[in-house]
Parts: sequence; C-alpha cells; structure tokens
Amino acid sequence: MSAPAQAGPPDRYVYFPGCSLKGTGVAYEESLLTMFRKLDIGVDELEDWNCCGATSYMAISEGSAFALAARNLALAHRAGARELMAPCSACYLVLMKTLDYRKRYPSVDKSVREALDRAGLPATNGVRVRHPLEILYNDIGAARIKSKVVRGWTGGRLACYYGCQAVRPYSEVDDPHQPTRMEQLLNAIGVPTVDYTLRTKCCGGSLTGTIPTVGLRLNYELLKESVRNGAEAIVTICPLCQFNLDAYQGQIRADIWKALDVPVLYLTQVLGWMLGGEWRELGLNRSISGVSVLKRWFSAPKEKEAYV
Amino acid sequence: MSDATGQPRVGVYVCHCGTNIAGVIDVKNVAEYGATLPNVVVSREYKYMCSDPGQELIHQDIHDLRLDRIVVASCSPLLHEHTFRTATEAGGLNPFFFHMVNIREHGSWVHTDRAAATLKARDMLRAAVRRVARHRALETRSVPINPDVLVLGGGIAGIHAALTLANAGKKVYLVEREATIGGHMAQFDKTFPTLDCAACILTPKMSQVKSHPNITLWTYSEVTKVDGYVGNFKVEVTRHPRYVDEALCSGCMQCVEACVYKEGRVPDAFNYGLSKRKPIYMPFPQATPSVVLIDPEACIDFKSGKCKKTCIEACDRDAIYLKQAANVEEVNVGSMVIATGFQPFDVKRTPYYGYGHYPNVFTSLEIERLVNASGPTGGEVVGRDGKKPKAVGIIHCVGSRDQHTNKWCSRVCCMYSLKLAHLVREHTDAEVFNFYIDMRTPGKGFEEFYQRLLNEGVHFVRGRVAEVTDWAHDRSEEGKLVIRVEDTLIGTVRRIPVDMVVLSVGLEPREDAQDVRRLFNISCATEGFFLERHPKLAPVNTSTDGIFLAGCCQGPKDIPDTVAQAGAAAAEALALIDAAHIELEPNTAYIDAEHCSGCKTCIPMCPYTAISFVAERDRVAVQKAEINEALCKGCGTCVAACPSGSIHQNLFEDDEIFEEIAGLLETAG
Repeated sequence: MSAPAQAGPPDRYVYFPGCSLKGTGVAYEESLLTMFRKLDIGVDELEDWNCCGATSYMAISEGSAFALAARNLALAHRAGARELMAPCSACYLVLMKTLDYRKRYPSVDKSVREALDRAGLPATNGVRVRHPLEILYNDIGAARIKSKVVRGWTGGRLACYYGCQAVRPYSEVDDPHQPTRMEQLLNAIGVPTVDYTLRTKCCGGSLTGTIPTVGLRLNYELLKESVRNGAEAIVTICPLCQFNLDAYQGQIRADIWKALDVPVLYLTQVLGWMLGGEWRELGLNRSISGVSVLKRWFSAPKEKEAYV
Repeated sequence: MSDATGQPRVGVYVCHCGTNIAGVIDVKNVAEYGATLPNVVVSREYKYMCSDPGQELIHQDIHDLRLDRIVVASCSPLLHEHTFRTATEAGGLNPFFFHMVNIREHGSWVHTDRAAATLKARDMLRAAVRRVARHRALETRSVPINPDVLVLGGGIAGIHAALTLANAGKKVYLVEREATIGGHMAQFDKTFPTLDCAACILTPKMSQVKSHPNITLWTYSEVTKVDGYVGNFKVEVTRHPRYVDEALCSGCMQCVEACVYKEGRVPDAFNYGLSKRKPIYMPFPQATPSVVLIDPEACIDFKSGKCKKTCIEACDRDAIYLKQAANVEEVNVGSMVIATGFQPFDVKRTPYYGYGHYPNVFTSLEIERLVNASGPTGGEVVGRDGKKPKAVGIIHCVGSRDQHTNKWCSRVCCMYSLKLAHLVREHTDAEVFNFYIDMRTPGKGFEEFYQRLLNEGVHFVRGRVAEVTDWAHDRSEEGKLVIRVEDTLIGTVRRIPVDMVVLSVGLEPREDAQDVRRLFNISCATEGFFLERHPKLAPVNTSTDGIFLAGCCQGPKDIPDTVAQAGAAAAEALALIDAAHIELEPNTAYIDAEHCSGCKTCIPMCPYTAISFVAERDRVAVQKAEINEALCKGCGTCVAACPSGSIHQNLFEDDEIFEEIAGLLETAG
C-alpha cells in the first residue's frame, strides 16, 4: 500500500471504521470519506472487521482484546495491505498496543498466534497502524491539501483538541504533550486557531455515562477553556471526545453554565468543507450543539433538509 | 637462569580473589592443571595473590626453585600488573619475565557456568605459560615531565586548581571559553547553607588569577588540538577575537556608553536573557579580565559597515580594533586539569511545566539573577509582567531523577531550592511551596538548613508535579498558574494556584562533552559526564595519564565538593611534576636495520611521526627507516605494515604472540 517516497501519497488506504464511526461518530466516517474523495485518494473499508478490542475488553480480558485487535490486523494483511487506517483514537490505541505488546512480550505474541491460528489467519505482526491526522500530515502534506482547497474560511477561530489516546503513549500521531499538527494543517489553509492549553486533557471518556459528576466536570472545563481562549468551536480527531463534548452541553447548561453552546467538529469536517464537501456529505447535519453557528459558517441548505 | 637443559622454569600462581574468582572458577583445578603444563616447576593457588604473603610466595619460589618465568592468573593487568612485575623484580628477575592472565574480568565476573569458566581459565593459563617462555628482558623508559600545567575551564573548579598549582610555583595556562572567568558561580546570589554572598567569596579568587605571576589567563579561547602524552603534551589554543585589545583596554566602559545603541538590544546571556546588553559590552561588572568585547552578530559595523563607530572615538587608549582575527597559541605542558563544568537542563524538554508558554514560569538560574542586587531587576523578585508574586511554587527535580529526561539525581537542587525559597520569601514575603520527591540534604549543615526553612513556614509538598497550567477550576484560580500535583503524603491530587513558578533544573553534561572527550582522549560515562579512572580510588584521574578532572564535568556536585576535587586534581598534577620523571612501558617498536629495505611504507602510517628516513649518515649512505623511541607510543601500526617484517615491537614480538595463540588453540589435555 505504501508508495515510493518521491511519488507522493499512496492512492488508496484500507480503513478500519470500528463501532463509533458506524454509530455515534457516523459524521466522522461521512466527513472522512468525503475528505479523502476530494483529495483523490481511495479508501477501502476492511472486509469482515470486528470490534477493535478497546474499552472494557482491555480491562476485563486482555487476552481477548489483543486477539480481537490482531484479527483485524491479520485481515488487513491477508487483503494485501501493509497499513491500516484507524480514525477512532480508541481503535488506534488498541491496535498500536497490540503491535507493541506482541513485539515486547513473547507470552502475548504466543497467545495471539494461537488465536489467529485457530481462526485460520496469518500470524504476522507487520501491518502498520495509521491515524488520519498523521496520514494528512506526513503522507499528503499541507501543501498538497492547500492546492486542492476550493473555499475560503468564513467561520471563527477553532480550538484544536487532540484528546489523550491518539498521542499517548505512542507518539507517531503527534507530540504527546504539545501536539500542533492540526493547527499546522488548518493554519496552512487559512483556518485560524487559538492557543488551547487543554488540547490533550481528558474528555471524561466513559465517565460521562458512569460517573457523570466527574465526567461532566471534565467536559465543562474543556468547553469553558476553549471559549476563554477565544475559540468559537472545537475541532477534534476522536469520536468519543467529539461525542462527549457535543452531546452533554444541554446537561451542562442546566447544571453549570446557561450560555454554553459550542460546536464540536471533526477535523475531517473542516478540511472536507474547505476541499469542497457539502453540508450533508460531511455529516454537519448531525451536530447537536452550536447548530446556529454551524449554519452560519457552513451555509447550510434549507431548514427542513438540516434535520437527520 | 634456565636449568641445564636450557628449558625455562615457570612458576604459576592462581588467585582466588576471595570469592571473586573462586566463587565461579574452580581455582584448585586450574592450579593443578597448571602443574601439568610443560616447563612449569611449581603451580600454586592462593587467597589473595596481591597481598604481601602472596607476593612473598613469588620471591621465595624464585629463590628456592630457581624460577625464571612467572605467570599470575588473577585480575586485570590494569590493577595489578605493576604489583606482580615488582614482585618478580624483587625476586631478582627482570620484571618483564612475567605475564598476567585475567581470569576475573574476563572470567569469573562475566560467566556463570562453573565448568565452562574453569575450562576457559585453563586455556588462558596454558597460553600464558607458552608465551612467557619467549619473554625477553626489557628496560623501562624514563622521560622527564614538563612542570607546566594547562587548566581547561575557568569556573570555580578551574580557578581553584589553577591557583593551587600557581601558588606551588608551577606555571599554569588557564583557558576559558567565555569572555570572563567565574563560571556558573558568578551568576549565583548566595550560596547554601551558609547564605554567604557568592560574589564576595568568588571575585577575590578571580582577581588573584588575573594578577598571579604564574598564571597565563586566556579567556574567549578554546583548546583546538592536543598532541603528545603524559609529561609532554603539546596543546593548541585558539583565541577568538574580541575586537578589543586586551592589553590596552582598562575596562572604563566609555565605549559602551558611547555605542550608537542608547539601550541594550541583545539578550544578555549572563542574566539568562532577563536584561538586554549592547553589541559592545562587559559580561558583568566584575568580569575578569576587565575587558569589553564586541559581539559581531549584533554590531552594526560588522553587519553593514555603516556605523559611526562612536565607540572607537570614545576610547582614549585606542583599544578597539575591529579587524582583530583569531590567534593560535601553542604551549607545551606536562599535565592538564579538565574543569569544563555542566550545563543546566533545558526546560523545553519538560513542556508540561509551561516554560516559554506562561511568562511567569522561570528557571532556578533566572531566579538567582532576579534575587541578585546587581541583577536585571536590582534584586526585585517580580514576574515578567512586573508584578510581585504573592505565592511562588518551586518544582524540584526538573530534568533529574526522571525516566523521560535525565535519570540521575543532580545533588544540588534540593539545597539550592531551599536557598531560593528562603531568598524569595525574604524579597517578596510570598507564600512559597516546594514540590519535592525526596529531600536530599546530606551535607554539612544542610539538614539544619532544611529545618530552618520548615520553621520559616515554607510549605513542602511531596510529589512530582504533573503540570503547570492556567486553566481555572474556580474563581480563586483565575489568572493564576495552577500547579497540579499528587501529594503522596496525604494521597490526593492537589491544585495549588501560584503567581510564579520556579523550575529547579538539574545539571547535565555539556553539549560538546563528547568533542572534548575525543580531543583529550578521555572517556565519558553513559550519561555523558567525564569518567574518572576509578569511582572510589582514582576519582580525579582519567584513563589518560596526566589528565585530571575537577568539578561538575565529572558529575553534579556542589561548590565545597567542587573545590575539594579541584584541590585533589591539582595535588595529583603536583605529585606527577614532583616525580620529575615518568616510567613508560618499554612497548616501543624497533627496526631490524639489516632487513629494512628502506621502502618507507611505515613512515606515513605512524600517527605520532616517530619514524623518519635516514638517507645517509656521516656521508655514508644508510637508506633505512629509523624510529624515535621517545615519540613511539607502541601502537603497532608500523609493525603490521612493514612488508619485509623487519619492524618488531617489545612485549609484542611475533613469536610471543604466536606461542600464545598456539597455546590457546591447543586442545586441552
């Protein structure tokens, strides 16, 4: 799949959606596919993929989690891919962790091999895991994206929010403490960003559901600080972060801060828009918070069409 | 000395080294095996061969059994080759009729399999017994020692070493890279735990250096080449142009006043950029030598050639000379003291503490300048916003004891953090929080100083700080820097809002330590500090004879330890100088003139230019190569290169090496 260095980015990527991009994060999938189409890069969904093994799996049965992740990588290998794109940070992390642990701990590798053997899959551990941000930054590059931009930015300033899993502990996506690649890409195509201190702080993860007092508090800090730093919207690369920040603002308005209404976008939605994508094909119609702002920025079609 | 048959009579001694060797190798078995080898007259094992009774065994056997060759299987020759050569000599033999087998560092210490290690020791012993039979009688060489010393680095370590040597009547060249001596100590305000003023105790020593008749002070200079060996080093020093004649400048500062820049424009390195200086400047008021210099990067005349040159007009001594070029000096010295110091940890490597992002995050060295009465704020401790802080957090171990940056403890940070806590309170009345992992206060009066700070009401929070941030949880945190830390004594995460954060940076090797190491042919430990010859017993020596270490270039240490080490390094150099001569290994190469064809292959190969070609002598054609024994260092390059095999090397004769190899490869009996 990977292209020779001088020939620019590969023309196709194999893509692992995971549950989020088919569920709560469907806008991420829609915008991701649209964006790559506008960049003239093909994206093939991995056939017969299964759960990545993240969240409770890793905590309850590590062995099963590694086996699940390894199956997806093995499927990619069997399909002839040398790389697998994982846009969801949780998927990305668990796939990276599986590669790493298989290399580092022979016992993990052994149990994974046995599981893959039973499933009749190749036991190799050679498929590289890629995150879209890192692909955009390293493979495609700001210059190429800029050359395909068809719109001027008419929106406000954005706070780039990376979350934790994409940048830690593996640092291929960006610097673990001070990531800047989203800012670099956005600024390169004329989208202004703000200095956002909390760019890798916890979004609350599943705590928003399990211990809402803690989860909502973390959520509130992120939203409040983005506003304090002068941002009018947050842009993110993780479906759980996006969901947490976008979906609970009503609750926060009721509990803490009446005036809160901040749109929370995917990076792929902003880039996709600049590359010529439309409201619906970028999943912009699925946003919960800051809808009036979004309508202003992205010149939404008529009212009735904007509903899901 | 050989017996009637002409066969050598070899004595073999296998050392237990307590359990160091005997714990892994079956010493008895090795000694018994030794007795079966050809030419071996006696083979013994002994608990400690290096002890007096151990050495006595050797003399006695030489005497009683008419031995003429000795083999000791024990530790590394670096430790005891000299001991056993002396014992051999004491028995009446030439000391070079001895050979040593290292069955400790090359045996017991690196193996765990007893049987295999024992077999290996037997093999090595057999090889040595065969080799020693071929040994020849040799004489050591004695060379005179040049009594002059070069000291590299003009911090407190270099200053103290230079003064000690100079006061003993030795000629010293003190070479400093910066434009002034003084080092880091000159930047400190007070010293812990006595709180005496750093400048008050340092500057008199700086002036003594300048005025001492035995010291040649070269600042703004670097050593660019080192040749030779102990007793006879040849050193090239490059003196960078300061564009001011050092001999003429009196340090009156009129040129600085007259500079077309009315205000400073360039970040002043001495104040860590907290103030600005002009292109022509004095590094600090007590700079030694008291001579200004011009920064060509900033001076208009260097950049555009279109300056009114008011500085030149202002100088009534005509000391400013814009065309000055670098000047290379060459000196001969017998020994050297390396005292190149440390560099502070770069806080950019810990971005989570917000340095460079939040203006009121400072490094500890910046605070040293802020509390100093002659510092950029005249001793006012204020943030970069000009406000006096009401609460200050001091974070310990920034770049120390950290798996992600530097793993070592920097030894001085706990104490200087206490000192800064005291000084900041004194200057601002602020509430001060110290965040520490462990308080390490093991020096004289250090623990008492810690108690004093506790009584003064400074807060101590035990835990490594996670981050410094400006996001506020509630109104009390608005506009503050919030320190997030797990307080491990009460087992909870705390958020402590402050107005100023001080990062207590660790000490690390200088960026160019590796270059210096190569230049002087010394070693670095894994973390990059220069390596002493032995961590306990030769702490100021290096692996190269005649080169000594002092101060933080060898590892982090405080001022008292640095001064003590500098004194020790000077004493080592003096001991060498007082010996007047040094014995060198007779491992030089020599030419068998009869077989030399005069092809000159060896001449360009010699790294020490010790070989010359003699075309004729006394009008008689010679046409042979000749080796200057005084210059030869015994590297063996010419021996291997000689096409006719007519160059030989003492201690490494072909037959000695071949016998050793044959012995090693011979199947064990």
